[in-house]
Amino acid sequence: MDKRIAYGVVIASFAFLQACTSPTKSEAPKAAAPAAAPAAAPSGSATDEIARYRAMIADGNPADLYEMAGEELWKKPMGPKNATLQKCDLGKGPGVVKGAAAELPRYFKDTNKVQDLESRLVTCMVRLQGYDANQIITAGFEKGKRKDVEAVVAYVVANSKGMPIKVSIKHPKEKEMYELGKKSFFFQGGPMDFSCASCHAENGKRIRLQDLPNITEQKGAAMGWGYWPAYRVSSGNFWTMQRRLNDCYRQQRFPEPIYISDNTIALSVYMAYTGNGGTVETPGLKR
Amino acid sequence: MADPMRVRATEAGGVVDVKILMKHDMEAGQRKDASGKTIPQWFISTVTVQAQGKNVFMGEFGPAVSKDPFLNFKYKGAKGEKVTVTWVDNRGAKRTDEATVS
Repeated sequence: MDKRIAYGVVIASFAFLQACTSPTKSEAPKAAAPAAAPAAAPSGSATDEIARYRAMIADGNPADLYEMAGEELWKKPMGPKNATLQKCDLGKGPGVVKGAAAELPRYFKDTNKVQDLESRLVTCMVRLQGYDANQIITAGFEKGKRKDVEAVVAYVVANSKGMPIKVSIKHPKEKEMYELGKKSFFFQGGPMDFSCASCHAENGKRIRLQDLPNITEQKGAAMGWGYWPAYRVSSGNFWTMQRRLNDCYRQQRFPEPIYISDNTIALSVYMAYTGNGGTVETPGLKR
Repeated sequence: MADPMRVRATEAGGVVDVKILMKHDMEAGQRKDASGKTIPQWFISTVTVQAQGKNVFMGEFGPAVSKDPFLNFKYKGAKGEKVTVTWVDNRGAKRTDEATVS
């Protein structure tokens, strides 16, 4: 029995290798160039290797699978009101998905709030489909209805891929959120006396082998904002921006921020506005 | 029950490039859950790809293959062919998806 299983493994990995080697070899130089270019910090051999690895796996981004599921969820009548999300206004008019994510977060008249993509989707799920917002907010990532929000996020952000980040702070509420986000970014505290700025306000910083973008500058902010939400290979799941921020706070040993709270949206406004003009590369693919 | 795959097939110079992304947990049977119990093995065991009803790729997968596997291979073929991908996992679940070579 053991032998048979081991044999199967060998065959499978062999088939895999065979199937993968030729295309990756021929495509590597082509794909490696753009992937290596944004490595802003001094690029050693380790960062080059990471860029090469990203180029190799870029073709089979499993975020595509979430995107497919999200598209289905967008069009399927669901919830207590048995309605679809197709009338959801993401800022460019009801039902317009193309390019919507590139301009979020933004101010919405109907809620009188600045909302990011996730909080807006929750609004739509509540207003159109009749779901309970609190259930989504308290669910935890990849749990309950939140899981559906995440899939729809993958679908929506994929429809802005390649577009320039274009977030406005013209409205007084947007400006207010930008200032709050900036304050939050530099706010130092917690048991390790950390802030976002401890890691993300200088060029050339890294965690383990990975370069950390300097989010106080346009280039770094575009790197950070433009590549999330993303599929994380290390954990094998899709992470939205809310989840990314949640984990940043965990890494700083701050209390967990509330899902779609004003603070997380404010940070998003600060990052997105700073990164304006950069390219939306979502859904990204991260180690 | 099983989630759909994403299958893409493109032809260039008489060679069809097939790219398949499968959605599967591919549980290796080595991990434990929060209560310390082993999470049982659960993985795709065979993958069969047919073009116009003829086998062009057969593979035995195992627990060493990653979650959400990506498979890329080439075969001699032409535009307009129907590529059918089927996987079966060790619990007997099955999923079939199709794509037309472009």
